[in-house]
Amino acid sequence: MQEFFNIFVKSIFIDNMVFAYFLGMCSYLAVSKTVKTSMGLGIAVVFVLAITVPVDYLLNQYILSPGALAWIDTEFASLDLGFLSFIMFIAIIASMVQLVEMIVEKFAPALYSSLGIFLPLIAVNCAILGGSLFMQEREYETIWHATSFGLGSGVGFLLAIVGIAAIREKIRYSNVPPALRGLGITFIITGLMGIAFMSFLGIKL
Amino acid sequence: MSEAKEKEPLFSAKNRKLLINPLHKDNPITTQVLGICSALAVTAKLKPAFVMTLSVMAVLGFANVIISILRNGIPPRIRIIVQLVVIASLVILVDQVLKAFVFDVSKQLSVFVGLIITNCIIMGRLEAFALGNKPWPSFLDGIGNAFGYGWILIVVAFFREFLGSGTIWDYPVMEKLGVYELGYVNNGFMILPPMALILVGIIIWVQRSKDKSLVEEN
Repeated sequence: MQEFFNIFVKSIFIDNMVFAYFLGMCSYLAVSKTVKTSMGLGIAVVFVLAITVPVDYLLNQYILSPGALAWIDTEFASLDLGFLSFIMFIAIIASMVQLVEMIVEKFAPALYSSLGIFLPLIAVNCAILGGSLFMQEREYETIWHATSFGLGSGVGFLLAIVGIAAIREKIRYSNVPPALRGLGITFIITGLMGIAFMSFLGIKL
Repeated sequence: MSEAKEKEPLFSAKNRKLLINPLHKDNPITTQVLGICSALAVTAKLKPAFVMTLSVMAVLGFANVIISILRNGIPPRIRIIVQLVVIASLVILVDQVLKAFVFDVSKQLSVFVGLIITNCIIMGRLEAFALGNKPWPSFLDGIGNAFGYGWILIVVAFFREFLGSGTIWDYPVMEKLGVYELGYVNNGFMILPPMALILVGIIIWVQRSKDKSLVEEN
Protein backbone atom coordinates (compact mmCIF):
# COMPACT_ATOMS: atom_id res chain seq x y z
CA MET A 1 0.00 0.00 0.00
CA GLN A 2 2.72 2.38 1.01
CA GLU A 3 4.46 1.71 -2.28
CA PHE A 4 1.51 3.05 -4.25
CA PHE A 5 1.23 6.06 -2.00
CA ASN A 6 4.93 6.77 -2.54
CA ILE A 7 4.54 6.71 -6.31
CA PHE A 8 1.46 8.91 -6.00
CA VAL A 9 3.21 11.55 -3.87
CA LYS A 10 6.38 11.37 -5.94
CA SER A 11 4.55 12.04 -9.17
CA ILE A 12 2.66 14.97 -7.66
CA PHE A 13 5.53 16.83 -6.08
CA ILE A 14 8.91 15.55 -7.18
CA ASP A 15 8.26 14.50 -10.77
CA ASN A 16 5.61 17.14 -11.32
CA MET A 17 4.51 17.04 -14.97
CA VAL A 18 4.61 20.80 -15.39
CA PHE A 19 7.53 21.91 -13.27
CA ALA A 20 9.94 19.04 -13.75
CA TYR A 21 9.17 17.95 -17.31
CA PHE A 22 7.28 20.89 -18.85
CA LEU A 23 4.55 18.63 -20.10
CA GLY A 24 1.15 20.06 -20.88
CA MET A 25 2.69 23.52 -21.07
CA CYS A 26 0.57 24.66 -23.99
CA SER A 27 -2.77 24.18 -22.28
CA TYR A 28 -1.19 25.23 -19.00
CA LEU A 29 -0.39 28.63 -20.48
CA ALA A 30 -3.49 29.00 -22.60
CA VAL A 31 -6.17 28.01 -20.09
CA SER A 32 -4.77 29.48 -16.88
CA LYS A 33 -6.43 32.88 -17.09
CA THR A 34 -9.06 32.16 -14.43
CA VAL A 35 -9.17 29.66 -11.58
CA LYS A 36 -12.54 28.30 -12.63
CA THR A 37 -11.61 27.19 -16.15
CA SER A 38 -8.24 25.91 -15.02
CA MET A 39 -9.99 23.79 -12.41
CA GLY A 40 -12.15 22.30 -15.17
CA LEU A 41 -9.16 21.47 -17.32
CA GLY A 42 -7.23 20.10 -14.35
CA ILE A 43 -10.02 17.74 -13.35
CA ALA A 44 -10.41 16.56 -16.93
CA VAL A 45 -6.67 15.83 -17.11
CA VAL A 46 -6.74 13.85 -13.84
CA PHE A 47 -9.68 11.89 -15.18
CA VAL A 48 -8.12 11.05 -18.53
CA LEU A 49 -4.64 10.30 -17.15
CA ALA A 50 -6.06 7.94 -14.54
CA ILE A 51 -7.78 6.00 -17.33
CA THR A 52 -5.28 6.09 -20.18
CA VAL A 53 -2.15 5.21 -18.22
CA PRO A 54 -3.45 1.83 -16.99
CA VAL A 55 -4.97 1.04 -20.40
CA ASP A 56 -1.71 1.85 -22.13
CA TYR A 57 0.07 -0.19 -19.48
CA LEU A 58 -1.95 -3.25 -20.44
CA LEU A 59 -1.36 -2.52 -24.10
CA ASN A 60 2.36 -2.23 -23.51
CA GLN A 61 2.52 -5.33 -21.35
CA TYR A 62 0.52 -7.67 -23.57
CA ILE A 63 1.11 -6.39 -27.08
CA LEU A 64 3.94 -3.95 -27.56
CA SER A 65 6.96 -4.81 -25.44
CA PRO A 66 9.48 -7.38 -26.71
CA GLY A 67 8.14 -10.90 -26.43
CA ALA A 68 4.82 -9.68 -25.09
CA LEU A 69 2.83 -11.57 -27.67
CA ALA A 70 3.89 -14.91 -26.20
CA TRP A 71 0.47 -15.26 -24.59
CA ILE A 72 -1.10 -15.85 -28.00
CA ASP A 73 1.33 -18.41 -29.24
CA THR A 74 4.98 -19.16 -28.56
CA GLU A 75 5.92 -18.47 -32.17
CA PHE A 76 5.14 -14.78 -31.61
CA ALA A 77 7.50 -14.60 -28.64
CA SER A 78 10.35 -13.17 -30.71
CA LEU A 79 8.32 -10.20 -31.98
CA ASP A 80 9.04 -6.68 -30.79
CA LEU A 81 6.33 -4.21 -31.71
CA GLY A 82 7.87 -1.41 -29.65
CA PHE A 83 8.14 0.89 -32.65
CA LEU A 84 4.35 0.96 -32.84
CA SER A 85 3.93 2.34 -29.35
CA PHE A 86 3.57 6.01 -30.34
CA ILE A 87 0.77 5.40 -32.78
CA MET A 88 -0.98 2.88 -30.51
CA PHE A 89 -0.78 5.13 -27.48
CA ILE A 90 -2.12 8.15 -29.30
CA ALA A 91 -4.92 6.07 -30.79
CA ILE A 92 -5.86 4.77 -27.34
CA ILE A 93 -5.73 8.28 -25.91
CA ALA A 94 -7.86 9.77 -28.67
CA SER A 95 -10.46 7.03 -28.37
CA MET A 96 -10.44 7.10 -24.56
CA VAL A 97 -10.97 10.84 -24.60
CA GLN A 98 -13.90 10.35 -26.95
CA LEU A 99 -15.30 7.61 -24.71
CA VAL A 100 -14.86 9.62 -21.54
CA GLU A 101 -16.55 12.55 -23.24
CA MET A 102 -19.58 10.43 -24.16
CA ILE A 103 -19.83 8.86 -20.71
CA VAL A 104 -19.55 12.19 -18.94
CA GLU A 105 -22.11 13.70 -21.27
CA LYS A 106 -24.55 10.88 -20.54
CA PHE A 107 -24.16 10.50 -16.80
CA ALA A 108 -22.92 13.86 -15.53
CA PRO A 109 -24.28 16.61 -17.77
CA ALA A 110 -23.37 19.29 -15.24
CA LEU A 111 -19.72 18.23 -15.21
CA TYR A 112 -19.83 17.94 -18.99
CA SER A 113 -20.98 21.48 -19.49
CA SER A 114 -18.37 22.81 -17.08
CA LEU A 115 -15.56 20.87 -18.76
CA GLY A 116 -16.94 21.92 -22.13
CA ILE A 117 -14.34 22.25 -24.84
CA PHE A 118 -11.49 21.01 -22.66
CA LEU A 119 -12.25 17.33 -22.98
CA PRO A 120 -11.60 17.01 -26.73
CA LEU A 121 -8.56 19.28 -26.43
CA ILE A 122 -7.00 16.88 -23.97
CA ALA A 123 -6.29 14.37 -26.73
CA VAL A 124 -3.45 16.60 -27.86
CA ASN A 125 -2.23 17.57 -24.41
CA CYS A 126 1.37 16.45 -24.09
CA ALA A 127 0.90 15.57 -20.43
CA ILE A 128 -1.37 12.67 -21.37
CA LEU A 129 0.90 11.10 -23.97
CA GLY A 130 3.87 11.95 -21.76
CA GLY A 131 2.27 10.03 -18.90
CA SER A 132 2.01 6.93 -21.05
CA LEU A 133 5.53 7.28 -22.41
CA PHE A 134 7.03 7.77 -18.95
CA MET A 135 5.06 4.77 -17.75
CA GLN A 136 6.62 2.74 -20.55
CA GLU A 137 10.11 4.06 -19.87
CA ARG A 138 9.99 3.47 -16.10
CA GLU A 139 8.66 -0.09 -16.42
CA TYR A 140 6.26 -0.18 -13.49
CA GLU A 141 5.74 -3.63 -12.01
CA THR A 142 1.97 -3.88 -11.85
CA ILE A 143 -0.99 -2.06 -13.26
CA TRP A 144 -1.63 -0.57 -9.80
CA HIS A 145 1.75 1.10 -9.77
CA ALA A 146 0.96 2.52 -13.20
CA THR A 147 -2.46 3.70 -12.06
CA SER A 148 -1.13 5.51 -9.02
CA PHE A 149 1.48 7.13 -11.26
CA GLY A 150 -1.21 8.26 -13.69
CA LEU A 151 -3.42 9.61 -10.94
CA GLY A 152 -0.52 11.37 -9.23
CA SER A 153 0.65 13.04 -12.44
CA GLY A 154 -2.86 14.26 -13.06
CA VAL A 155 -3.16 15.73 -9.59
CA GLY A 156 0.26 17.34 -10.02
CA PHE A 157 -0.94 19.03 -13.20
CA LEU A 158 -4.14 20.16 -11.47
CA LEU A 159 -2.12 21.64 -8.63
CA ALA A 160 0.18 23.49 -11.02
CA ILE A 161 -2.51 24.93 -13.25
CA VAL A 162 -4.77 26.05 -10.41
CA GLY A 163 -1.77 27.62 -8.69
CA ILE A 164 -0.70 29.65 -11.73
CA ALA A 165 -4.29 30.67 -12.45
CA ALA A 166 -4.67 32.03 -8.94
CA ILE A 167 -1.43 33.99 -9.30
CA ARG A 168 -2.47 35.32 -12.69
CA GLU A 169 -5.79 36.50 -11.31
CA LYS A 170 -3.92 38.49 -8.68
CA ILE A 171 -1.23 39.80 -10.98
CA ARG A 172 -3.84 41.47 -13.14
CA TYR A 173 -3.89 44.26 -10.55
CA SER A 174 -0.14 44.72 -10.43
CA ASN A 175 2.03 46.98 -12.48
CA VAL A 176 3.97 44.62 -14.71
CA PRO A 177 6.43 46.13 -17.24
CA PRO A 178 4.48 46.38 -20.52
CA ALA A 179 6.73 44.08 -22.51
CA LEU A 180 6.43 41.34 -19.90
CA ARG A 181 2.67 41.44 -19.65
CA GLY A 182 0.76 38.29 -20.39
CA LEU A 183 3.06 35.57 -21.62
CA GLY A 184 6.42 36.81 -20.38
CA ILE A 185 5.50 37.19 -16.74
CA THR A 186 3.67 33.86 -16.79
CA PHE A 187 6.83 32.15 -17.93
CA ILE A 188 8.88 33.76 -15.22
CA ILE A 189 6.33 32.96 -12.50
CA THR A 190 6.23 29.37 -13.67
CA GLY A 191 10.01 29.27 -13.42
CA LEU A 192 9.84 30.59 -9.87
CA MET A 193 7.15 28.06 -8.96
CA GLY A 194 9.38 25.38 -10.46
CA ILE A 195 12.23 26.51 -8.22
CA ALA A 196 9.91 26.25 -5.23
CA PHE A 197 8.89 22.76 -6.27
CA MET A 198 12.52 21.76 -6.53
CA SER A 199 12.75 21.88 -2.79
CA PHE A 200 10.84 18.59 -2.81
CA LEU A 201 13.76 16.99 -4.63
CA GLY A 202 15.47 16.11 -1.37
CA ILE A 203 12.61 13.89 -0.23
CA LYS A 204 13.46 10.25 -0.57
CA LEU A 205 10.50 7.96 -0.98
CA MET B 1 -6.23 26.51 -61.36
CA SER B 2 -5.78 29.99 -62.79
CA GLU B 3 -2.89 31.06 -65.00
CA ALA B 4 -1.68 33.75 -62.70
CA LYS B 5 -1.31 31.33 -59.84
CA GLU B 6 0.60 28.80 -61.87
CA LYS B 7 3.12 31.42 -62.84
CA GLU B 8 3.74 32.43 -59.27
CA PRO B 9 7.45 32.00 -58.68
CA LEU B 10 8.57 29.52 -56.04
CA PHE B 11 9.87 32.24 -53.79
CA SER B 12 7.42 35.04 -54.42
CA ALA B 13 7.07 37.82 -51.86
CA LYS B 14 4.12 36.04 -50.30
CA ASN B 15 5.97 32.77 -49.98
CA ARG B 16 9.05 34.47 -48.60
CA LYS B 17 6.87 36.00 -45.95
CA LEU B 18 5.64 32.56 -44.95
CA LEU B 19 9.21 31.60 -44.36
CA ILE B 20 10.40 34.76 -42.62
CA ASN B 21 7.43 35.79 -40.46
CA PRO B 22 7.61 32.89 -38.02
CA LEU B 23 11.17 33.86 -37.16
CA HIS B 24 10.09 37.01 -35.42
CA LYS B 25 6.57 38.40 -35.63
CA ASP B 26 4.69 35.11 -35.65
CA ASN B 27 7.23 33.14 -33.71
CA PRO B 28 5.60 29.88 -32.66
CA ILE B 29 7.04 29.99 -29.15
CA THR B 30 7.02 33.63 -28.17
CA THR B 31 3.85 34.84 -29.87
CA GLN B 32 1.72 31.89 -30.92
CA VAL B 33 2.51 30.01 -27.66
CA LEU B 34 2.82 26.67 -29.39
CA GLY B 35 5.19 23.81 -28.69
CA ILE B 36 6.51 25.03 -25.38
CA CYS B 37 6.79 21.65 -23.67
CA SER B 38 9.49 20.19 -25.81
CA ALA B 39 11.20 23.53 -26.26
CA LEU B 40 12.06 23.73 -22.60
CA ALA B 41 12.85 20.16 -21.78
CA VAL B 42 15.53 19.50 -24.38
CA THR B 43 17.54 22.68 -23.98
CA ALA B 44 20.03 21.74 -21.27
CA LYS B 45 22.64 21.09 -24.00
CA LEU B 46 23.06 22.37 -27.57
CA LYS B 47 23.26 19.01 -29.26
CA PRO B 48 19.87 17.59 -28.22
CA ALA B 49 18.30 20.97 -28.93
CA PHE B 50 19.74 20.93 -32.44
CA VAL B 51 18.63 17.36 -33.10
CA MET B 52 15.18 18.22 -31.75
CA THR B 53 14.97 21.21 -34.10
CA LEU B 54 15.85 19.05 -37.09
CA SER B 55 13.30 16.41 -36.07
CA VAL B 56 10.54 18.96 -35.66
CA MET B 57 11.50 20.53 -38.98
CA ALA B 58 11.25 17.19 -40.77
CA VAL B 59 7.96 16.24 -39.15
CA LEU B 60 6.35 19.64 -39.53
CA GLY B 61 7.44 20.12 -43.15
CA PHE B 62 6.24 16.75 -44.33
CA ALA B 63 3.09 16.64 -42.20
CA ASN B 64 2.10 20.01 -43.63
CA VAL B 65 2.64 18.76 -47.19
CA ILE B 66 0.78 15.50 -46.63
CA ILE B 67 -2.21 17.13 -44.95
CA SER B 68 -2.24 19.83 -47.60
CA ILE B 69 -2.37 17.21 -50.35
CA LEU B 70 -5.13 15.31 -48.54
CA ARG B 71 -7.02 18.42 -47.44
CA ASN B 72 -9.92 18.05 -49.86
CA GLY B 73 -10.42 14.39 -49.03
CA ILE B 74 -10.45 14.59 -45.24
CA PRO B 75 -13.94 14.69 -43.72
CA PRO B 76 -13.87 17.56 -41.21
CA ARG B 77 -15.33 15.48 -38.39
CA ILE B 78 -12.44 13.04 -38.21
CA ARG B 79 -9.66 15.38 -39.25
CA ILE B 80 -7.96 15.32 -35.84
CA ILE B 81 -7.55 11.55 -35.97
CA VAL B 82 -6.25 11.74 -39.54
CA GLN B 83 -3.76 14.41 -38.54
CA LEU B 84 -2.63 12.40 -35.54
CA VAL B 85 -2.06 9.32 -37.68
CA VAL B 86 0.00 11.26 -40.22
CA ILE B 87 2.05 12.92 -37.50
CA ALA B 88 2.52 9.72 -35.52
CA SER B 89 3.77 7.84 -38.57
CA LEU B 90 6.27 10.59 -39.36
CA VAL B 91 7.43 10.70 -35.74
CA ILE B 92 7.96 6.94 -35.74
CA LEU B 93 10.17 7.37 -38.82
CA VAL B 94 12.16 10.15 -37.15
CA ASP B 95 12.49 8.11 -33.95
CA GLN B 96 13.82 5.09 -35.82
CA VAL B 97 16.31 7.24 -37.73
CA LEU B 98 17.53 8.86 -34.51
CA LYS B 99 17.89 5.48 -32.81
CA ALA B 100 19.87 4.19 -35.75
CA PHE B 101 22.28 7.09 -36.25
CA VAL B 102 22.55 9.15 -33.05
CA PHE B 103 21.66 6.71 -30.33
CA ASP B 104 23.12 8.72 -27.45
CA VAL B 105 21.12 11.83 -28.34
CA SER B 106 18.04 9.69 -28.81
CA LYS B 107 18.51 8.42 -25.24
CA GLN B 108 18.92 11.96 -23.92
CA LEU B 109 15.76 13.12 -25.63
CA SER B 110 13.95 10.08 -24.15
CA VAL B 111 10.21 10.58 -24.34
CA PHE B 112 10.42 13.96 -26.01
CA VAL B 113 10.82 12.52 -29.50
CA GLY B 114 7.52 10.74 -29.00
CA LEU B 115 6.04 13.92 -27.67
CA ILE B 116 6.56 15.63 -31.02
CA ILE B 117 3.23 13.94 -31.83
CA THR B 118 1.40 16.10 -29.34
CA ASN B 119 3.60 19.11 -29.94
CA CYS B 120 0.98 21.77 -30.43
CA ILE B 121 3.14 23.49 -33.05
CA ILE B 122 2.44 20.68 -35.46
CA MET B 123 -1.28 20.35 -34.80
CA GLY B 124 -1.58 24.11 -34.71
CA ARG B 125 0.04 24.66 -38.10
CA LEU B 126 -1.86 21.78 -39.68
CA GLU B 127 -5.15 23.23 -38.46
CA ALA B 128 -4.33 26.83 -39.18
CA PHE B 129 -2.46 26.56 -42.43
CA ALA B 130 -2.15 23.21 -44.18
CA LEU B 131 -5.89 22.53 -44.18
CA GLY B 132 -6.47 25.61 -46.31
CA ASN B 133 -3.45 25.97 -48.53
CA LYS B 134 -1.59 24.32 -51.38
CA PRO B 135 1.32 21.94 -50.68
CA TRP B 136 4.23 24.26 -51.54
CA PRO B 137 3.19 27.21 -49.35
CA SER B 138 2.34 24.70 -46.62
CA PHE B 139 5.80 23.24 -46.87
CA LEU B 140 7.36 26.71 -46.56
CA ASP B 141 5.09 27.51 -43.64
CA GLY B 142 6.15 24.30 -41.93
CA ILE B 143 9.84 24.92 -42.44
CA GLY B 144 9.51 28.57 -41.40
CA ASN B 145 7.73 27.71 -38.19
CA ALA B 146 10.22 24.99 -37.40
CA PHE B 147 13.00 27.58 -37.86
CA GLY B 148 11.22 30.01 -35.59
CA TYR B 149 10.89 27.26 -33.02
CA GLY B 150 14.46 26.15 -33.57
CA TRP B 151 16.20 29.44 -33.06
CA ILE B 152 14.60 29.95 -29.66
CA LEU B 153 15.62 26.42 -28.70
CA ILE B 154 19.17 27.02 -29.82
CA VAL B 155 19.51 30.38 -28.08
CA VAL B 156 18.17 28.95 -24.83
CA ALA B 157 20.33 25.83 -25.14
CA PHE B 158 23.40 27.94 -25.87
CA PHE B 159 23.04 29.98 -22.70
CA ARG B 160 22.12 27.02 -20.56
CA GLU B 161 25.03 24.93 -21.75
CA PHE B 162 27.55 27.79 -21.76
CA LEU B 163 26.70 29.14 -18.32
CA GLY B 164 25.60 25.86 -16.79
CA SER B 165 28.26 23.42 -17.94
CA GLY B 166 30.90 25.79 -19.32
CA THR B 167 30.88 24.05 -22.68
CA ILE B 168 29.62 24.78 -26.19
CA TRP B 169 28.61 21.70 -28.17
CA ASP B 170 30.53 19.61 -25.61
CA TYR B 171 33.68 21.67 -26.23
CA PRO B 172 35.04 22.88 -22.88
CA VAL B 173 35.28 26.60 -23.67
CA MET B 174 35.50 27.80 -20.11
CA GLU B 175 38.26 25.34 -19.30
CA LYS B 176 40.30 26.42 -22.35
CA LEU B 177 39.87 30.06 -21.41
CA GLY B 178 41.28 29.16 -18.02
CA VAL B 179 38.65 31.03 -16.05
CA TYR B 180 38.30 28.20 -13.55
CA GLU B 181 41.73 29.06 -12.15
CA LEU B 182 40.51 32.61 -11.57
CA GLY B 183 37.79 31.26 -9.34
CA TYR B 184 34.92 31.03 -11.83
CA VAL B 185 32.32 28.42 -10.97
CA ASN B 186 29.70 27.00 -13.32
CA ASN B 187 26.21 28.17 -12.54
CA GLY B 188 24.61 24.80 -11.88
CA PHE B 189 21.27 26.51 -11.61
CA MET B 190 21.17 27.02 -15.39
CA ILE B 191 20.91 23.28 -15.99
CA LEU B 192 17.85 22.92 -13.79
CA PRO B 193 14.45 23.00 -15.52
CA PRO B 194 13.10 26.30 -14.11
CA MET B 195 15.89 28.34 -15.69
CA ALA B 196 14.68 27.37 -19.16
CA LEU B 197 11.35 29.01 -18.38
CA ILE B 198 12.98 32.14 -17.08
CA LEU B 199 15.27 32.36 -20.12
CA VAL B 200 12.32 32.09 -22.49
CA GLY B 201 10.60 34.74 -20.39
CA ILE B 202 13.58 37.01 -20.90
CA ILE B 203 13.63 36.36 -24.66
CA ILE B 204 9.96 37.33 -24.79
CA TRP B 205 10.74 40.43 -22.77
CA VAL B 206 13.52 41.53 -25.13
CA GLN B 207 11.46 40.77 -28.22
CA ARG B 208 8.43 42.68 -26.99
CA SER B 209 10.36 45.69 -25.83
CA LYS B 210 11.79 45.97 -29.35
CA ASP B 211 8.45 45.49 -31.03
CA LYS B 212 5.66 47.27 -29.18
CA SER B 213 2.95 45.82 -31.43
CA LEU B 214 3.36 42.44 -29.74
CA VAL B 215 2.65 43.72 -26.23
CA GLU B 216 -0.43 42.11 -24.66
CA GLU B 217 -2.95 43.41 -22.20
CA ASN B 218 -2.42 42.18 -18.69
